[in-house]
Amino acid sequence: MILLQSVVNGVLLGLVYALIAAGLSLIFGLMEIVNFAHGQFLMLAMYGAYWLAVLYGVDPLFSLPLWTIVLFLLGVATYWLIIARVLRAPMLAQIFSTFGLGVFLQSLAQFFWSPDFRLVPSPLVKGRIEILGLFVGIPELVASLGAVIAFALLYLFVTRTETGRALQATSEDREAAALVGIDSHRMFALGWGIGLACVGIAGVLLSNFYYIFPEVGFPFALIAYVAVALGGFGSIPGAFVAGIIIGLVEVLSGLLIGPAYKYLFVFLVYLIVVFTRPQGLFGRY
Amino acid sequence: MTQELARRSISENLSRWGKVLLGVILAAFLLGYPFVFTGPFPQHLMIRIFLFAALAQAWNILGGYCGQISLGHAVFFGIGAYTSTILLIYWHLSPWLGMVVGVLLSLVATLLIGYPTFRLAGHYFAIATIAVGEIARVLVTNWPFAGGAVGLYVPLLPEGLRTFEFHTTKVPYYYISLLLLLAVTTTTWFLERSRAGYYFRAIKADPDAARSLGIPIHRYKLLALAISGAFTAMGGTFYAQYVLYIDPESVLPLMLSVIICLVAVLGGVGTLWGPILGALVLIPLSEGTRVYLAGMGGAGRAFDLIVYGALIVLMSVFEPTGLIGLWRRIQRALEVRVSYARLAAARRGEQTVRGPGSQ
Repeated sequence: MILLQSVVNGVLLGLVYALIAAGLSLIFGLMEIVNFAHGQFLMLAMYGAYWLAVLYGVDPLFSLPLWTIVLFLLGVATYWLIIARVLRAPMLAQIFSTFGLGVFLQSLAQFFWSPDFRLVPSPLVKGRIEILGLFVGIPELVASLGAVIAFALLYLFVTRTETGRALQATSEDREAAALVGIDSHRMFALGWGIGLACVGIAGVLLSNFYYIFPEVGFPFALIAYVAVALGGFGSIPGAFVAGIIIGLVEVLSGLLIGPAYKYLFVFLVYLIVVFTRPQGLFGRY
Repeated sequence: MTQELARRSISENLSRWGKVLLGVILAAFLLGYPFVFTGPFPQHLMIRIFLFAALAQAWNILGGYCGQISLGHAVFFGIGAYTSTILLIYWHLSPWLGMVVGVLLSLVATLLIGYPTFRLAGHYFAIATIAVGEIARVLVTNWPFAGGAVGLYVPLLPEGLRTFEFHTTKVPYYYISLLLLLAVTTTTWFLERSRAGYYFRAIKADPDAARSLGIPIHRYKLLALAISGAFTAMGGTFYAQYVLYIDPESVLPLMLSVIICLVAVLGGVGTLWGPILGALVLIPLSEGTRVYLAGMGGAGRAFDLIVYGALIVLMSVFEPTGLIGLWRRIQRALEVRVSYARLAAARRGEQTVRGPGSQ
């Protein structure tokens, strides 16, 4: 029973991981740049939801659209201000441009909001329900449902709309897409916007039940890197499956071996995957 | 004639004696520094600069010359720090011997880590090194023998070169760290000119082309990692003996790996002077902002990191080749001016500016 309970928890957690990883994967698939500030943007979204709840009494559930849009705009701004300038730079410069941004955002948060741990006071969704003898936290359930909906929308957008197809085309072959009149810079900016919007949704949903502090994004980002590699760099369905697998690995290894080792197994999964199947589960390497 | 003049760089314009003089001044400054600046802070600052320059130089062998971006070098640092400290605590082995054992263990780690991970390329490799580093950190944190999360205190012994502990003065630490930097820089200098060095750069430029030329790329990547890891482990032992306390958060965090890499990147990767230049700028900056801007950090103490982060972004956007690139740009600007002056002089028929090739 406790095993089944862990499986449920793992899947719920994994769905949120999947959404964060999807944003990362989308950006990487488009321009082969890993966003090392991904976790810090997640942290910003969590603080955003927190402050609106504390200062103006707006529940995170209602501020969700606002923060999704804000993070989208932040993504577009990040692309134009920083990423567009390092597209042709060596890989190290690309790594450090986003990494430096992450350090900047995190220390800014620490400077203004202190390293204290915070919780959104009495959010709308709280408590837990019992389904077939399993206890499920309602905020966790809402978060994973939200993640699934966001994921479905993202998938539909990418595969069913004209813009989404242009995005895919750019991801597949930048030059060829440019030949048929797709402005790759606009697609990249859009990719950053959508990628960070995913993070915004995940962050606000997490703020309902997760402690908020300046370094909160770091483990999430590490897990997202693992998920992206596991699913295959650039593959959005891959990120979905990988997120769930990692959620399961984390919770089950925490249960069976010890909570202190849960991240160790997440990283082991990464190493095993890249050594045995370097293109990931759904990647095209 | 005039073109030839214009092509010459500033360093070539210095005569041989000028270079010797410059070297003597630099050596005198480095050797005399702790006697001029006797306070603990300037000495501590310089020790940190030397240590991080050495670590970045070691990273540079693998990351800069061979092109394998490692974000897990803290593993080797941790191996050095933990090996000597554990041997000292449990078997009373001299830290100097501990340093040797640490280097040997780091070579073993090189094989264990490098053998599988070097099959990966680009981001896959970089993230694999993060994974290895984090796994090591979690393992040590949960290993009671190595002090777990609490860490280990290096037992206090009578000070002296034999025990590698100095309590009343930082001066010996200053010279030891200078020696470490000198050792790794000399090694890099020799590597630059050796067959291995050329192989490293070939692997960096194009691994497939290098392989097709018959370079055993796997073996040479391992060699680069082995040299790099060995010096990093020595730095780890030095750190343990200098601070006399180690824990997973101080010698094994991802942030340490990143800072080692960052110093090299800021200075200029794949160059001999880059890591040293990077440490000269970055370490005083981080120490300085921490000390002088601490008053501005009301809530936390992260103001130094705000400056740090912003600087990293600006640097990678505007000068991705690092400070060396910036220096070369200034040099080129000066050069143009010098060559114009020369040109004017040559036209007047009088050779006032003489270089080695102007006779």
